[in-house]
Amino acid sequence: MDVQALSGGFADTPREAAQAFRAALTAMARPGRIEDVAGARPPAPLSVAAGTLLLVLADPATPVHLAGPLDRPEIRDWLRFHTGAPLSDRAGAVFAVGRWADLLPLDAYSLGTPDYPDRSATLIVEMDALDATGARLTGPGIETSHGLSLPEISAFRANRARFPLGLDFFFTAGVRLAALPRSTHVEAV
Amino acid sequence: MTQAEIRGEAPGADYTFAYLDEQTKRMIRRALLKALAVPGYQVPFASREMPMPYGWGTGGVQVSAAVLTPEDTLKVIDQGADDTTNAVSIRKFFQKTAGIAVTEHTGEATVIQTRHRIPEAPLTEGQILVYQVPIPEPLRFLEPRETETRRMHALEEYGLMHVKLYEDIARHGEIATAYAYPVKIEGRYVMDPSPIPKFDNPKLRMAAIQLFGAGREQRIYALPPYTEVVSLDFEDHPFVPGKAEGACALCGSETSYLDEVIVDDRGGRMFVCSDTDYCAGRRAAGYRGEMAAEEGGA
Ligand SMILES: [Zn+2]
Repeated sequence: MDVQALSGGFADTPREAAQAFRAALTAMARPGRIEDVAGARPPAPLSVAAGTLLLVLADPATPVHLAGPLDRPEIRDWLRFHTGAPLSDRAGAVFAVGRWADLLPLDAYSLGTPDYPDRSATLIVEMDALDATGARLTGPGIETSHGLSLPEISAFRANRARFPLGLDFFFTAGVRLAALPRSTHVEAV
Repeated sequence: MTQAEIRGEAPGADYTFAYLDEQTKRMIRRALLKALAVPGYQVPFASREMPMPYGWGTGGVQVSAAVLTPEDTLKVIDQGADDTTNAVSIRKFFQKTAGIAVTEHTGEATVIQTRHRIPEAPLTEGQILVYQVPIPEPLRFLEPRETETRRMHALEEYGLMHVKLYEDIARHGEIATAYAYPVKIEGRYVMDPSPIPKFDNPKLRMAAIQLFGAGREQRIYALPPYTEVVSLDFEDHPFVPGKAEGACALCGSETSYLDEVIVDDRGGRMFVCSDTDYCAGRRAAGYRGEMAAEEGGA
């Protein structure tokens, strides 16, 4: 194991995890709202925000899929050391992280079941930037409408059409994150 | 090898914030995110033993413990009051285990844990309302089997619920359910709003995040801000929030939810606001009810 794997975790886990989770909770409750997080210093090219989400949410009970170039020894070691999460293919993943093109195809992930729609994967999509323009979001958590720079439109419309089954998404760029739960309606503008 | 193993820690030996260990909080936090993603759907979670009996809000306490940060200011209410044994003990629990600030003022709180009421003052975007829930399943009285109610939600089989409400109308001339009045969320899941008075149902669409925790039944559910919440009703018998006739004897409010209290041993009674902070705020602003003179002399 590379020594880099041993660093880059939370310095004060209870406090930093609580603060980062509040940002994640706010983002999921208010789709399109961009929040800042801090705490993780994961190996490149994993972003601070994606790394922090994994530290807050992943553990031995949650298989993680590292998509594309993120599936490399430094990141595998860092994830295993700090979270204990097992690595997984797409089908078995509770969390998947990677760039949009590397995460596809979406139908490979668990959508949950009619009796247990919560048993679906959460995808952490690494982006170059996040801003409040682009797709128009409406639905629970949004008073009128909200904009968010999504990587595309049709995949999220198809995901919404399966509600209450479906995937939930975080989008991460640097220290910023936003979320798009399956309940959100997405339109091109 | 993991970080916990390197530190030679046994599970639960970590320094904790807000009582629960980090592994339990992660599990509850994951459940909360899924609950927000599917509004009104009940997410199962592995409820932990808490240092208080069921019925004292162990579900709400676990949800609060998972969302609180050191920067939060917590308010705890029980039937609208900050000063009941239940509310005081939960507030003290979090002061002791999380070292956070507490308040009785609705407007100053960032997290409010509640049993059986929604505050009168409209909540705002920066706030989270955590409900203590005794029975999360709105279909439970129709069907005791969990596997069956889960199926009914999956198939949107809510006809029996409407039949039950309609039987109320046939028997009483109106829907008799006064508390835990069932609601439909975004046209999909039927949800129990916990035993709040139906007077509070119209407030369920709000700017704050609402999280519901049932400890004994091990369920978490949620309403994101501005989620559409419709109280079940019929075209010929529309939902009526209802409220006691009269005004608060202390602050004179005619729009708040009132509790009837016995004032003497001759059967004398009066109505007062159930929300004690709301009532105190109105009195501080100079509003007076019919008993205000006596109160001033006490
Ligand atoms: Zn009053």
